[in-house]
Amino acid sequence: MTSLDSDIAHLLAGSLVLVSFVLLYQDRMFALLNFFAVHACVLALSVGWQAYLQRAPHLFITALIALLFKGVIIPVALHRIVVRLGIHRTIESVVSIGPTMLFGMALVALSVVVMLPVTQSAGAFVREDLAFALSVVLLGFLMMVTRRNAVSQVIGFMSLENGLVLAATGARGMPLVVEISVGFSVLIAFLVVGIFLFRIRERFDTVELQALDMSRGESA
Amino acid sequence: MTHEWLTQLAQAALVLGLAPLLSGVTRKIRARLLRRQGPSLVQPYRDLLKLIRKEAVIAENASWLFRAAPYVIFATTWVAAALVPTFATGLMLSASADLIVIVALLGTARFLLALAGLDVGTSFGGIGSSREMMFASLAEPAMLMAVFTLSLFAGSTELSSISAYMLGPNAGVSISLALALVALVIVTIGENARIPVDNPATHLELTMVHEAMILEYSGRHLAVIEAAASLKLLLYLSLIACVFIPWGTALSGAGALAYAIGLGAYAIKLAALAFLLVMFETATAKMRVFRVPEFLGVALMLGLLGTIMLFVSRVSR
Repeated sequence: MTSLDSDIAHLLAGSLVLVSFVLLYQDRMFALLNFFAVHACVLALSVGWQAYLQRAPHLFITALIALLFKGVIIPVALHRIVVRLGIHRTIESVVSIGPTMLFGMALVALSVVVMLPVTQSAGAFVREDLAFALSVVLLGFLMMVTRRNAVSQVIGFMSLENGLVLAATGARGMPLVVEISVGFSVLIAFLVVGIFLFRIRERFDTVELQALDMSRGESA
Repeated sequence: MTHEWLTQLAQAALVLGLAPLLSGVTRKIRARLLRRQGPSLVQPYRDLLKLIRKEAVIAENASWLFRAAPYVIFATTWVAAALVPTFATGLMLSASADLIVIVALLGTARFLLALAGLDVGTSFGGIGSSREMMFASLAEPAMLMAVFTLSLFAGSTELSSISAYMLGPNAGVSISLALALVALVIVTIGENARIPVDNPATHLELTMVHEAMILEYSGRHLAVIEAAASLKLLLYLSLIACVFIPWGTALSGAGALAYAIGLGAYAIKLAALAFLLVMFETATAKMRVFRVPEFLGVALMLGLLGTIMLFVSRVSR
């Protein structure tokens, strides 16, 4: 592997972290969905580049799954759901954008600090890949924590899953069967969530998850 | 030694002469993009000459600071602009004045401008100064973070060394560099009062920042401040060109041909950057004043992220 090859892999993995931050920053529904598609495309590029570097053809299939499912189908479907639910308004986040960003930076720093010493024995390349993957996962969690809207929580969950795929490809790939089943389970999860969104709205007239607290009897 | 002095002096003269032309070029491109004819390219020079010849009207309660500030602002900005290698590296002062000195000089100019805005006691000046300081509290750390990223990457805070490192074989592609570039571009837009942050062409009281501070100036004082503003734009564009597109810059001690090539390359780079800047300006709308800190906060965040990622990529080097 030449220096340029690893530089490009580094660039792509780093861009994935960057797009995660962009997702955190977005406060409009459609922009959020579009950037989720970008997130998936960057992931597909990154996995594709890994496939080329590792000479592992099955990773190309992983990349293709990411591009097709998460880059095209899910964003388009969510787009339609959002239109049908009539919620193309501003997303309300629990914490405002500035502190969220700072918290995200802290999470990235944390994952670097945690991952680099733990993976001493692995190759340099796998180590930085894992550090980035962990930050993408943590940023996905952060997004699920800070957003109230069910649709943006779904986006947070999906971006978290993208981080897992990145981690798996860096560590010499995961078996193809696992990969395909994960891809499909995400799709199933998406279907379930899609149905639930409509159920929640029927029941509570909103997709703000605060409304669910009320039925648990937690807040007025 | 004499060689380096000559380059330094030529550079100082070049930036001073070129800055109004750059403003003229950006205005012309913007006008053409909006399908207007636009003023001639040398209009900024004519404006400066006209302002210098006019009488300077000064408010009754203005102190000596109000009269002195324009010249100090101009001097610090000019020195800062002369420190960025434009067509050739190996400047006389580059060993003693690095990127952090440039940031400090610009900070001094900003401090004086804000003071001058407050000095006369009009409400517009006060608004402008307070907004400028609010933006600066984010823009300056963002600039410094970008500087730190670059310095850690190239192992030096001197612009000549950074430029030489970028030309060398060790540079490569790096996500940190991309982040630093975006952070620097956002700071450039914010600091030069370009469109998403401030509109230099209007006097709309709700939005203006830079114009509000200099509202009380006229005559030669205004001319000097305008010259400093165009020098600042030239400085930021040269900085981006010097660090991120260093190709064609003449190295120290090269022959006359290398200097000619360096000059030509510099002109092309400036024109390209000015075009991109104006394209961006035309495509975006002015944002609300209270959204600007978010915009500049992104630059700060990107700079910070770039530095963190640099530590990750250190592993593989």
